[in-house]
Amino acid sequence: MNIPMTTSEPRYVARSVSFYSGADRSIRRRLFLSRVFAGACRFVTYGSLIVLVVLLTAIVWSSLDRLSPDFVYSTNSSDPDKAGMLAGLWGSFWLVLFTALFSVPIGVGSAVYLEEIARDSFAVRVIKTNLSNLAGVPSIVYGILGYTVFRSAAAVLKVWFDGQHAFNVMGLFRLRLIKLPIYEDNILVGALTLTLVVMPTVIAAAQEALRSVPGSIRMASLALGATRWQTIWRQVIPAALPGISTGVILSTSRAIGEAAPLIMLGALTITTMVPGNIDSPLKLITRPTQVLQAPLDQFTAMPIEIYDWSRQTDSQFTAVAASGIMVLLVVLLAINAVALIVRHYASRRLKW
Amino acid sequence: MPAINPSSVPPSVAGVDRNLDMSAHAAAIEARGLDFYYGDHQVLFDVSLTVPERSVTALIGPSGCGKSTFLRTLNRMNDLIEGSVCRGEILVEGQNIMDPAVDVVLLRKHVGMVFQKSTPFPKSIFDNVAYGPRVSGERNRSVLADLVESCLKKAALWDEVKDRLTKPAMALSGGQQQRLCIARTLATNPRIILMDEPASALDPASTDRIENLIGELCANYTIVIVTHNMQQASRVSHQTAFFYKGVLVETGPTLKIFTGPSEKRTEDYITGRFG
Repeated sequence: MNIPMTTSEPRYVARSVSFYSGADRSIRRRLFLSRVFAGACRFVTYGSLIVLVVLLTAIVWSSLDRLSPDFVYSTNSSDPDKAGMLAGLWGSFWLVLFTALFSVPIGVGSAVYLEEIARDSFAVRVIKTNLSNLAGVPSIVYGILGYTVFRSAAAVLKVWFDGQHAFNVMGLFRLRLIKLPIYEDNILVGALTLTLVVMPTVIAAAQEALRSVPGSIRMASLALGATRWQTIWRQVIPAALPGISTGVILSTSRAIGEAAPLIMLGALTITTMVPGNIDSPLKLITRPTQVLQAPLDQFTAMPIEIYDWSRQTDSQFTAVAASGIMVLLVVLLAINAVALIVRHYASRRLKW
Repeated sequence: MPAINPSSVPPSVAGVDRNLDMSAHAAAIEARGLDFYYGDHQVLFDVSLTVPERSVTALIGPSGCGKSTFLRTLNRMNDLIEGSVCRGEILVEGQNIMDPAVDVVLLRKHVGMVFQKSTPFPKSIFDNVAYGPRVSGERNRSVLADLVESCLKKAALWDEVKDRLTKPAMALSGGQQQRLCIARTLATNPRIILMDEPASALDPASTDRIENLIGELCANYTIVIVTHNMQQASRVSHQTAFFYKGVLVETGPTLKIFTGPSEKRTEDYITGRFG
């Protein structure tokens, strides 16, 4: 379109203008492109949603043959009608519990150091850059690392402790321990390995939450004569807590779905064994010695059992595997719900 | 040099007597030969300034002239900026605060600071004011309650918030938030208060309240205020210092600076010829 810009004619010149769409060719093309782009975005969003729904429906459909309360209350079996997930549920429970216990202090501590305390040095920059690289390392690699480091250490301890439960401490007195059988493929070894897997994401989530706290809050706190520690502890961490807790819960829940590193460590596939023989929440309170034993016990986990069932030749195990997936999904949903609730309560204490 | 028409200078706020003889006041802050660098970039050149106690000193000058940097050296907030280097001497109550042995935590309790953007903590009004005393170890509830009340009264905010001390500070209006920040600073019992454009984000009514508050506070506190608003500088201050490109061009009694500055650059800036 030509807009007359002649300065010699200052008076208003009436021009015929149409504001209706399609009045201009170039506008028509741009509008078309913008619609195509919006359509493409819509397609990929709903397309993947449809695939997900189809997959879920297929799983629900095939799980109907086996999914029942009984599936959750019984342990594995070679008979598809009796095979259940109790051992995997408890194995995953202990794994996630210890993974969280290891990764939360280390991960949040590292994030606080990197974001709040460390000066910008070469070493810090190298660490920050490589954290995202570490998050991309396949978990099987951490499995190999866990095998060489943690499992070997457990094997050494096993030789050391096996059969003994009383030690002479420097010739002074005899230390009596509760007799705990030790396995090299125990829960702690698995949890330490999973800690390696989730650590980069835990640190990244905590860093992200800390970065979202405005710098003016730190400045104001320091200007009021607070030390750096007081500023971090009383202002920065409370303000970042909703973000830290959700991020940490969601990244540790990733550990629930990990099978590869655990298989590498030698987690049991077919087992009826529940760690520490604790097969109900009540026993967590009533059987303290068994609770102590559980972290050093052998284990299986939910994704390992699902993997194992899906490889069975007996087609009846398809329903068992599908049921396992359903239970795993419900557990993951429950954890996400917990993350939401925690976020809600952590941010309610803040008075933004 | 032609004198500026004195009637163009606005009247001062109550409590600020611009004819005050400041030679009678002891020096609260004495900066001597201050050079400041951000990395290789020098932003302050040989700045020497004396701030008399229980008075208001306004720092004026165009953006980037170093006045805010100078203000932040007075409670060592620039320490937080990596790669900053400061040379020279700053005596606060006779002690050189540039000495590495100085505890910045103690210094910042003595030299409080109010920022341009009000920065209430995401806590209740009460907890905001009580923060300073709490980090210093005060736990006694009644002591804290008394302190919060007296500081909010000094900051002319008490009547507006006394019924909602447990409510979030973020819910206050911008002007109230800034007075809350002043109350919070008063709670650490400082002798000197640094204000970095405290009213530049506020509406005229709130600005007016802050200016009147400065007039009240200067009876007991030494105040150094950075401002872009020259009317404000002339209304609230006893002494004015004009910074230009990192150099302290001229300093003197506010009335003299605004009616008969001895430097051409000061006059040009004050009369709005640049800046």
